Amino acid sequence: MEILVCVKRVPDTSENEIELNGAGNDIDRDDLVYSVNEWDNYAVEEALQIVDKVGGGVTVISVGDDESEEVLRREMAMGADKGILLSDDAFEETDGRGIAAVLKAAVDKGNYDLILTGAQADDGAAQVGGMLAAMMDVPFASLVNTIEVDGDKLKIGREIEGGNQEMHEISMPCVLSIQTGINEPRYVGIRGIRKVASVEIPTMGAADLGVDAAAVAARVKRADYFLPDLGEGAEILEGDTDEIIEKLIELLKAKGGLK
Amino acid sequence: MAQIFSYILHKDGVVDDTALELAAAAKKIDAGATPNAIVVGSGDSLDAVCNEMVASYGEVWKVANDAITYPDAEMIRKLLVNILPADSILLFAHEHLGMDLAPGLSVKMDSAFVSDVVDVEGADGATLKLVRQEFGGAVSAHVTCDASQGAVMTMRPGAFAADESKGAGGQVVDKSAEAGDLAVNRKFLEIVEAEAGDVDITKSEVLVSCGRGIEDEENLEIAFDLAKAMGADVSCSRPIVDAKWLPKARQVGTSGQTVKPKVYLACGISGSFQHMGGIKGNPFIVAINKNPKAPIFQVADVGVVDDMLDFLPELTEKIEEL
Ligand SMILES: Cc1cc2nc3c(=O)[nH]c(=O)nc-3n(C[C@H](O)[C@H](O)[C@H](O)COP(=O)(O)OP(=O)(O)OC[C@H]3O[C@@H](n4cnc5c(N)ncnc54)[C@H](O)[C@@H]3O)c2cc1C
Ligand SMILES: Nc1ncnc2c1ncn2[C@@H]1O[C@H](COP(=O)(O)O)[C@@H](O)[C@H]1O
Repeated sequence: MEILVCVKRVPDTSENEIELNGAGNDIDRDDLVYSVNEWDNYAVEEALQIVDKVGGGVTVISVGDDESEEVLRREMAMGADKGILLSDDAFEETDGRGIAAVLKAAVDKGNYDLILTGAQADDGAAQVGGMLAAMMDVPFASLVNTIEVDGDKLKIGREIEGGNQEMHEISMPCVLSIQTGINEPRYVGIRGIRKVASVEIPTMGAADLGVDAAAVAARVKRADYFLPDLGEGAEILEGDTDEIIEKLIELLKAKGGLK
Repeated sequence: MAQIFSYILHKDGVVDDTALELAAAAKKIDAGATPNAIVVGSGDSLDAVCNEMVASYGEVWKVANDAITYPDAEMIRKLLVNILPADSILLFAHEHLGMDLAPGLSVKMDSAFVSDVVDVEGADGATLKLVRQEFGGAVSAHVTCDASQGAVMTMRPGAFAADESKGAGGQVVDKSAEAGDLAVNRKFLEIVEAEAGDVDITKSEVLVSCGRGIEDEENLEIAFDLAKAMGADVSCSRPIVDAKWLPKARQVGTSGQTVKPKVYLACGISGSFQHMGGIKGNPFIVAINKNPKAPIFQVADVGVVDDMLDFLPELTEKIEEL
């Protein structure tokens, strides 16, 4: 089975406090540590596990700038066979639909049975997978948390409310967006990264892909960033730890938090 | 401005809370409009749902179809493409059905798409001005959406105050005959119910809840120690379950359990809407987080800015001394 996994390079929120820049028109991008989108890592692991069982290959693909190469390489160190970078100035100001259109053009150049995306990325849009499936005119399922291969079909589970699972049979080719927790992504050591350090990663631009300006013209644009004002917020307990604990215990007693 | 339609979630004849939230969102997009509703499903309960919705929507488009006893996004997407006017503005709840259905629908309708909208600031001609959040709620963003060719949007559950005015005086319009061909390459099989856990956190009065800030599986001990001293149970956020450190039955949130404690101690939890969506009944929330800018401090009653790995053991000790 040939599997394509879409991966995005995003600021790592566990490594960084996300703050606004001085002008308030962007987040402060100086000194941000980037990594692969958490959800995409699960998607790559799932692809590797499927190929381990039924054979085939895993390709990872990203729309981004040169620095996205490092993310592709990391996923190749996990075991993906190939990486493809889709990069062009024309892609920079696009929206989710444009990203999906660029990915669609690259998908058309290959021959994939299954395409995996993460359920969502840093801006929580959860859109690219479903859009890509619609552009390809193939079936889609989001929030997938189990995949079982059954000939040319897959039996998949979708995570719904309350920890319940919605089971479907889906024909290939198809696009699935992967939810965290579906597997335990393998660890990538420095040695693994070194092994793939010199593997060539082909880059394709708008002209190579046949993507025209109209396909990546954004209809949805971010105007600015701001910090929400959600009312009063918490009363922050001040003082040294002993004082804080004393106050907290009084509050817990009053609210029925101590038995 | 184009016609606005809300997709109504319902189950066994019971209308989801988001139905009136979408009505409110529609009015924020266009104060003068009477939004319409779409009610899809099968069986007797469908009429009850439609009849309830006429109080809040102008036209309630009913689509009864025996193929859609279970709301399957692949089929509903086809159906909506078949019945909806081009250029419409379509609103969904940002939950698992909306996430499955809406992005692809926007492509098929050739409309703009914006997900997880938390507020609408208005419209400037066909340009909608919306508010979203990014990075798990750490920052908000103003977003513009060119809806001149229509728009599909998913709205965050709970973000819009329900429109309870109920004065729409609408009518049910039966669109069932227009559903068209609904053949799809994905087949719904069944719902697998969640396994019950060792404790039922939905019954707990006091919860000590751990998030990614716990850092390591071994550190969970400090949460269990504190819970024991307080007479509480331990719950957690999703990353703890993803890492298999605690069973799914202890996960609080939209894809986990809905809890109704009196007191909720959120330790090392950032406060994502999916997590907070599982906390009901307005408990007293204490947030313990080392990042003073963590979104949880916006919604908690009391905050402690500290490293939970140091703070929790000290708190436990003092409570044990009482
Ligand atoms: C469809 C969908 C459904 C979801 N359902 C759920 C759900 O049901 N429940 C759920 O919880 N999530 C759910 N999520 C995930 C959710 O979006 C967040 O990713 C998740 O809630 C984050 O968990 P967290 O707060 O523990 O981790 P993070 O967001 O990583 O936050 C960790 C926090 O710990 C703090 N911290 C770190 N170290 C320390 C320390 N030593 N001491 C004190 N503080 C520290 C940090 O400052 C940070 O604020 C869902 C996501 C999707 C897409
Ligand atoms: N620039 C990108 N390059 C490759 N894949 C992407 C890109 N942006 C989003 N995706 C994929 O789409 C998924 C959902 O992202 P989003 O729709 O942006 O929330 C991600 O988890 C990726 O799999």
